[in-house]
Order: sequence, then C-alpha cells, then structure tokens
Amino acid sequence: MAPQLRKQLVVVGHGMVGHRFVESAISRGLTEAYDITVLGAEPRPAYDRVALTSFFEVGAEALSLLPSGTYDDPRVRLRTHAEVVAVSPRQRIVTLASGEDLHYDELVLATGAAPFVPPVPGADLANVFGYRTIEDLEAIRSASKGGRRKVGAVIGGGLLGLEAANALHQLGVETHVVELAPRLMAVQIDDLGGRTLNQHIGKLGLTVHTGAMTEAILGDRRNRVERLALKDRNPLDVDLVVFSAGIRPRDALARAAGLDVADRGGVLVDGSLRTSDEHIWAIGECAAVQGVMYGLVAPGYDMAEIVVDRLLGGAGEFTGADMSTKLKLLGVDVASFGDAHGTTKGALELTYADALSGVYKKLVISEDGKRLLGGVLVGDAAAYGVLRPMVASGMELPENPEELILPASRGGANLELPDDAQVCSCNDVTKAEITAAAADGTITRAGATCGSCKTLVKKIVEDYFAATGKEIDRSLCEHFRMTRQELFDVVAVHGYTRFDDIVEGHGTGRGCDICKPAVASILASLLNQHVLAPGNRQLQDTNDAYLGNLQKNGTYSVVPRVPGGEITPDKLIVIGQVAKDFGLYTKITGGQRIDLFGARMEDLPAIWKRLVEAGMESGHAYGKSLRTVKSCVGSTWCRYGVQDSVGLAIELELRYRGLRSPHKLKGGVSGCARECAEARSKDFGIIATEKGWNLYVCGNGGAMPAHAQLLAGDLSKEELVRYLDRFLMYYIRTADRLQRTSSWMDAVDGGLDRIREVVVDDVLGLGDQLEAAMARHVDSYFDEWKATIEDPEKLARFVSFVNAPGTPDPNITFREERGQVQAATTDGPVSLGTTIPVGAP
Amino acid sequence: MTAAVREAVCRLDQIEREGGVTALVAGEAVAIIRTHEDHVYALSNYDPFSKASVLARGIVGTRSVDGEDVPFVASPMFKQAFDLRTGECLDDRAVAVATYDVRVVDGVVEVATRTP
Ligand code: SRM
Ligand SMILES: Cc1cc2nc3c(=O)[nH]c(=O)nc-3n(C[C@H](O)[C@H](O)[C@H](O)COP(=O)(O)OP(=O)(O)OC[C@H]3O[C@@H](n4cnc5c(N)ncnc54)[C@H](O)[C@@H]3O)c2cc1C
Ligand code: SF4
Ligand code: FES
Repeated sequence: MAPQLRKQLVVVGHGMVGHRFVESAISRGLTEAYDITVLGAEPRPAYDRVALTSFFEVGAEALSLLPSGTYDDPRVRLRTHAEVVAVSPRQRIVTLASGEDLHYDELVLATGAAPFVPPVPGADLANVFGYRTIEDLEAIRSASKGGRRKVGAVIGGGLLGLEAANALHQLGVETHVVELAPRLMAVQIDDLGGRTLNQHIGKLGLTVHTGAMTEAILGDRRNRVERLALKDRNPLDVDLVVFSAGIRPRDALARAAGLDVADRGGVLVDGSLRTSDEHIWAIGECAAVQGVMYGLVAPGYDMAEIVVDRLLGGAGEFTGADMSTKLKLLGVDVASFGDAHGTTKGALELTYADALSGVYKKLVISEDGKRLLGGVLVGDAAAYGVLRPMVASGMELPENPEELILPASRGGANLELPDDAQVCSCNDVTKAEITAAAADGTITRAGATCGSCKTLVKKIVEDYFAATGKEIDRSLCEHFRMTRQELFDVVAVHGYTRFDDIVEGHGTGRGCDICKPAVASILASLLNQHVLAPGNRQLQDTNDAYLGNLQKNGTYSVVPRVPGGEITPDKLIVIGQVAKDFGLYTKITGGQRIDLFGARMEDLPAIWKRLVEAGMESGHAYGKSLRTVKSCVGSTWCRYGVQDSVGLAIELELRYRGLRSPHKLKGGVSGCARECAEARSKDFGIIATEKGWNLYVCGNGGAMPAHAQLLAGDLSKEELVRYLDRFLMYYIRTADRLQRTSSWMDAVDGGLDRIREVVVDDVLGLGDQLEAAMARHVDSYFDEWKATIEDPEKLARFVSFVNAPGTPDPNITFREERGQVQAATTDGPVSLGTTIPVGAP
Repeated sequence: MTAAVREAVCRLDQIEREGGVTALVAGEAVAIIRTHEDHVYALSNYDPFSKASVLARGIVGTRSVDGEDVPFVASPMFKQAFDLRTGECLDDRAVAVATYDVRVVDGVVEVATRTP
C-alpha cells in the first residue's frame, strides 16, 4: 500500500445508514480532514429499503438514493460490488473479497442486518427467498410468473412478513402467512389486536396460520420447493417460500476481528457509537447500542449524525429512540406505541373491541390510573396522533380515559394536549411551537416527513384560532364568505351563468381581483364559454383577458400549443417567421414549446392569425388551465422505450386542452422507468411499463416541489383516461382557489388513499358524473385565439388607444441583448409630446 | 377654477361595464374606467409600482373601506388597488396616480386635459 498523506476513513456497507453518514460527512465538512472510501457489497449504490416493496411499481432507479453513483465531493470514493471479508484492528486494515487491502485511520461499520432464517431443513432449496434486497424482489417476481397461478408462503407474520405477503398477493400469488406466535405482529400488538388484524387480512383472500411451526421445506427432484410441512397441521403445497421471520445484525466481521458483540447479536457500542476498538464505530442495524438493536431507519440516521459529530470533535450521544409505529398494511390501519404490551409494573389495560367493524383499541395505563403508557390500535388508528404524544409528555389523563378510544358516536372525547407534548416525532416539534407559529403566521416542519401527525397539527392550529376568538377565515375574499368549493357548489346548484347574479345573490359589493377570476374559472369549468364572452371578459386576470401573459413592459407573450413537444419543421419555420415579422424575442420554454415575447397588445390578433393559419392554436400558457403534457421520445425512437409516450402525451394534451382549473395543470409521459419526461414532477405523470401505464398524481415543481404519487399501476389506455378524467374533475370541483393538486391532496381528508377510493374504487359513486363532465368539456372545446380573431366585437378591444388605434403606446420600450429585443421600463409616464401640461394638481 | 379643456375620446358604449379603455389625451396614456353603476373615471394609465402603462387593463371592483364601498381598479401587474375617485393607492397610501376630470355628454366621454 502506498503511504497516504491524508487521513483515511473507511465505511463498510453502503445501505441507508452508510449513505446518510457520507452525506452528513460531506455537508458538515468531515471531508476536509478525511478521504472517505465506502465499500458496499451490493451491485448498486444505496437505495430506499424502507420503500423496497414499491420496487415492483417503480423499478430500481426510482428507489436509488444516489442515482448518479458518485458523491459530489472528489474526496469520497464509492465502490460497489466490494465485500469486506476481514478487519484487522491492530494493523488498521480491511481486506476485500478480491484480496485487496485498504488502510484506515477510522472505520465505520454500517453492514445492516440480514433476514433471519430459522434452521429448518430445506431452507437452502431453490425458490426460497429473503425479503431484504432488490435482488430478492427480482427473484421473487420471476418465481411468481409463468404457468398456472402460483402459491406462496411467507414465514413470519410480523411487520415485514405482512409487507412481503402484501407484495406476493399483489403479484397474483395465492398467499399463506405462517406465524409461529399465536398472533400476527406479535412485537407490536397484542392478542385481540392480532385477531382483529387476522380478520381483515382473511377478508382480502390471504390465509393466515398462527401458532404454526414450520418443520421442513420439502423439494421436488429438481430441488425446487414443493411443500411446507407444519407441526400438527396439514402440509401446504407451495411454489415459493419467503422468509421474513425477523432480522439478525450482520456482525460477523466484528466477531472475527475480536470486537465485543451483544448477547443477542449486534456490534456492541456505547452511547457514542464506538466499538470496543477506539478507531472502529458501528451504526445502523448492525449496531447494538448498550446491547439494544434498533430495526428502524430513523435511529440509524441519528447514529450516523452522532459519529460524524464525534469525528469532528463533538460529544453527541445516542439516547434511544421512539419505536412507535403506525402503518397501513393491506389497507388496514395498525398502530402501536409506547409500552404496548403493558410490561410496566402494575399497568392497567383498557380495551375497546368491535368485532363487526373490525376495530380494536387498547390503552395501557399506569397503576395509579393517571398516565398513559402505551397502546394498540387496529382498524382505526385516527387517535394515534393524539395518543402517542400523550405518552411522551406524561400528561395527566382525563377522568374518563375510555373516552379516548370510544368512537365519537358513543361519547368519545377530544383531549387537550399539554404545551410541551411532542406532536411531530419526525421533526421534534411540540404543541407550543405549533401554536407559537400559528400566532405569528409562520410554519413549522411538523407534518413534513411521515405525515402521520398532520391531522393533529391541523386541529391544534384550528383550536388555537378558535380559542383566540379568531374564526379561521376560509372566505374567498371580502365579497364572498365561502370557500371556492362552496362557491362552486352554489354556482352549479343554481345554474348561474353570470357574475352579477352570483354576487347579488350570495356576495357583497362588486367583487375584486380575487373573486372575479375565481368565478370566471368556475363558470369556465361548468360552461366552457369563451373567456372573452360579454360578462366574462371583465372577470379575467389580464393574462386571460388578452389570451397571453403580461410582461414587465406591458407587452404580452404568445405561446402556441405544441402538444407533447412534437412539432413539424414547417410549423417551426412559421413561428420563426412570425417572430421576425413582429420583432419578438424567442425562447424555448421549460414546457417543451416556444415562447414569443414582446408582442404589443394591438398586434396580438395578427400574430394569432398567422399561427392559426399554419394549423396552430393557443397553448393556454396564460390560463389556470392545462399547460403542457411533456413527453420523452419513447418507443418510437428510444431503444429503451416500452410504449409510445409521445403519442399518449399528444392525445392527453389534446383531450384536456382548454380545461380551466383552480390552478394550472401540467402532465408528463415517459416511455420507460428512466423517466426522461420528469412525469413525476407533474400534476399527472404517466410512466410506461411493459404491461401498460402507471399513473402518478399530485406532483409539481416550483417553490415547494412534490413528487407525484402512484394512483394506479399497469393500466390500459382506456383505464388510464377514465381515471384521469375522474381525477381532474374531482380536483376541479373540490380544490381551493390557486391550490395545486399536491396541496389539494394534503387537504383532502384521507389524502391519496381517499382520492384513490373516489377515483379508482368509485366509493362515492361519482365516477359517471365526473366522466360525463369531462366528456362535455372535450366536446365543447374550441380554440380561443381563433374564436377571437373571427369576432369583430372581441377584436375591438385589441387597440393601443381607443381614440388613436394606430398609435403605439410610447411607454412600451425595449433594449437589445444577445441579438434580440428585451423588455425595458421607463421612469414615469412618457408623453408623445404636447404643449398642454397634464398631471396631478 | 381653471376653465377645463376637454377632449372627446370615445362613446360610453365602447367601454364595458367594469372594464376600461386607454385613451391618448394630450399625448399621454389615460385609463378610462366605467363602473357597474355607469360612473366613469379617468386616471393616468401608468402604474408607478411596475413602471408600465397598464392600469386600464386591470380588474374593476369595490373594496369596503370604513364601511364604504370604494370603487377601484387593480393593476394587472402586481395587483395594487387604486381608488378610482382619487387615484390613491388603497394598499400604499403614499402612492397616487394622477386623475383627470371626465364627464359623459350625450353618450360621449370627454376628458379634461387639465385637472380642475
Ligand atoms: C415561460 C416559462 C419559463 C421558461 O422560459 O421556460 C415560464 C414562465 C412563467 N411561469 Fe413558470 N414558466 C415555465 C415553466 C415552468 C415550469 C417547468 C415545467 O412546466 O416543466 C415550472 C415548474 C413545474 C411546475 O409548475 O410544477 C414552473 C413553475 C411556475 C410557478 C410555480 C408553480 C408552483 O406550483 O409552485 C409559477 C407561479 C404560479 O403559477 O403561481 C410560474 C409562473 C410563471 C409565469 C406565468 C409568471 C407570471 O405570472 O408572469 C411566467 C410567465 C410566462 C410567460 O410570460 O409566458 N411558473 N414554470 C415556462 C413556460 C412553460 C410553457 O411552455 O408553458
Ligand atoms: C421490506 C422492508 C421494509 C422496511 N420498512 C421500514 C419502515 O417502514 N420503517 C423503518 O424505519 N424501517 C423499515 N425497514 C428497515 C430499514 O430498511 C433498515 O432499518 C435500514 O435499511 C437499515 O439501514 P442500514 O444501513 O443499517 O442497513 P442496510 O440498509 O441493510 O445496509 C447495509 C449494507 O451493508 C452491506 N454490507 C453488509 N456486509 C457487508 C460487507 N461485509 N462488506 C460490504 N458491504 C456489506 C449490505 O450489502 C447492505 O447494502 C424496512 C426494511 C425492509 C427490508
Ligand atoms: S424515459 Fe425511457 S423511453 Fe423515454 S427517452 Fe428516457 S430512456 Fe427513452
Ligand atoms: S410525525 Fe412524522 S411528520 Fe410529524
């Protein structure tokens, strides 16, 4: 080994925690002192293991935590396919499987954990899998394919086991869950809770075997799984087996190197995450902090931060973690928090069970009946948000604690949390911090991570305003004391077609720049009249009023529609020629089309006419309406494309063009999972799969970027269009003014799941109505530019001066830059020259 | 009071209710705005906030100030509201635009080139 000038830090394992360690080391400046080498055994950089199951939907690339494969710091080197086989603490050397030795000054072990495989005969047969890596999932998927319907068994009915069972079920495999304990999720929930869960899962068509011990896995002649032998039970005929019976820390390297390990496994570390060797640290699932191993990612991240801190000379200390969990498994809410099993001395239990609706709730209460210690919720976990912080804050219980778990219809009560109760555990935000923020109109990070605290945060804010006597004003503006959604319903129910009737019947005054465009948008969604029709025109913001975007010097921009970004050379030539003839600045937009800037208002009709004659139309760049549906080249040219993304993008853009909505709408279609169209940053994004299309909704770029979420997968085009029609109309009907789809989703009670219920499962029975509304829109579409140039009455407004139509406004000025015009402004009104003085007194 | 010099700029029916037109009055751009009640007002078209000649293209409405409905036009650029009667900005009282005397005679709008 060549002598090293700078100090060397080696990280073994590039999983979630190893990756976080490196990120933090870079951002906190540890790379000033150390060169970092990360050695990962897997064939790819770290990926989001927590979201592993979504691999089937989104593919490996989407899960990657480091898609580029390199860190943005030349002092960090990542090597994949690099398994460490030995550590020599005395020489400070690690040895790779290839035989190569690497020197280190500090060593961080982040080797994670491996599925626990109980010592049953046959565990080494083909078609027996773990559930931990992308390779595991790829293997499971290929084993589930082909021939008749496959049967699979998941061994282990814990959190992970149920997740694996869910995945098998979704792959179309007939699924058995085999659990040794007498109930499911034995670690998190109790007997009755487990039984309630059983009931839900049984309804979905999975078979649960609790108290069942696997004796052997029997194979056929080709060494493939054939049968599962269970103790005292009938054997199960199965084609594949997934082990998910817990995890074991990967501590073999440490053991062999002579480091201390915990009794129950895991590299033993102290509160500073240092092992028994002063230059070796262990973090994440391979570590046992003071003997305790943590099988969740958040504590691992804390550990990573602490080691970075220590190496920088700090004194960070790991003080334990909240192991409360709330999740939705196979559509069932399950939560467990605090001392869920009532192991505290003298603990009392209070339960509520409703076998009919499959709801089970348990509270664990201290001996004196004063404090909440923990609990379990199955079937309805809405109270989790309030109960978990109660445990953490140790607040005194109300007199009738049973009210905390009774349904509201039976006297369930609301409860006052103490100010110091931690409401958001992800971001450590207390109730006091939330009310303080509400008071001075700022926001906290509460709710921004896992989102499980959002309902509670909202309630605290609302309660705060109610208590201070301020009603939360959800009015549109001073003229309408109602929300946009309420106004929408009022307009629809009464069948109004004119602003005057609406403001006279339901508002005050003559309206303003807030309610008028909002009413215009509602009328447009319902009636699809021309935005410049008499009575409509004065309601529009200037962009809609002139069918272009107002620029800083008072001119407008012109953006013809280029559906899906596909354009012929002839149209490109026309656009270029028009720009030259009218002296316009041209730019390629971020929406895959061309913007012509600097058009004087009086020139707009002539510009549109030229474009319309060449077969183009308005691109609605000015409207709160569909903007573009971006596309990638897709299967027509791209060697990776699996579907015709351009064709679909064009079809969708033409279907939804002109659709007025609460905020602008954008779409994208990518031809494969590489996602070159950035579809997931759109209000609706579609990604091609081999079987069809995955539909993602509620994404956006802008100041608060949000990734679109999967609404439904592997859809045919007909299904896709049906769901999109419903989704868009549902949004248009229920969203607030200027609320984009992602914030609308956050505001919808039940969020994405609720939207899916309405759009895909049609639980409200609104499907037909929403589709019919969209069909009306599609049938009544017309090009606003064309309709304007054909109507002398509408054209009359497009003059610079009513009394001097041929005179350009002298206030509009330009300068030149890079060979084109740019907008300029003047420092006061410009006069065309006159001898009569004018102006204020 | 100085004798006003008036210029006929357009017919009243060329201005939509709660809409505006721009007129060239003594070489300058003037916004002529008609309210729902058919009152007609004239202001300088130049928006001092955005430094652009745009006020006639704004949304016209009312805002309740001390219990009174004040007619205003909101600049289409950054939405500041201007009192149609006085030219005063309702969002920033330090700012005002020039106003012009205006009247309607036999359906024709006349603007005084000098404020009275
Ligand atoms: C022209 C263009 C920039 C460019 O030169 O590329 C542009 C220009 C404007 N954008 Fe944009 N945006 C343009 C693409 C984008 C994109 C990229 C995209 O669509 O892929 C984004 C991020 C994606 C997104 O919207 O989620 C984007 C996010 C915004 C936002 C932030 C929206 C949000 O939800 O946070 C605004 C502000 C708003 O709408 O309230 C905005 C608003 C504007 C306005 C309308 C501001 C205004 O009121 O004057 C700009 C005027 C357009 C004009 O004069 O023609 N623009 N804007 C792009 C036109 C695309 C097109 O062909 O229609
Ligand atoms: C399906 C599933 C669902 C989960 N859901 C949740 C959840 O909802 N919430 C939650 O908090 N946690 C969840 N977890 C747990 C979470 O994924 C782990 O806590 C987290 O990944 C631990 O990170 P880590 O870096 O310690 O280990 P890992 O992510 O496992 O990374 C360890 C890496 O080290 C590598 N490695 C091991 N030995 C060597 C060696 N000798 N040389 C080189 N490289 C080596 C491994 O190949 C691996 O890539 C889930 C896990 C799974 C599998
Ligand atoms: S998303 Fe896929 S199909 Fe589309 S261009 Fe990229 S690689 Fe090709
Ligand atoms: S608890 Fe996860 S975001 Fe608040």
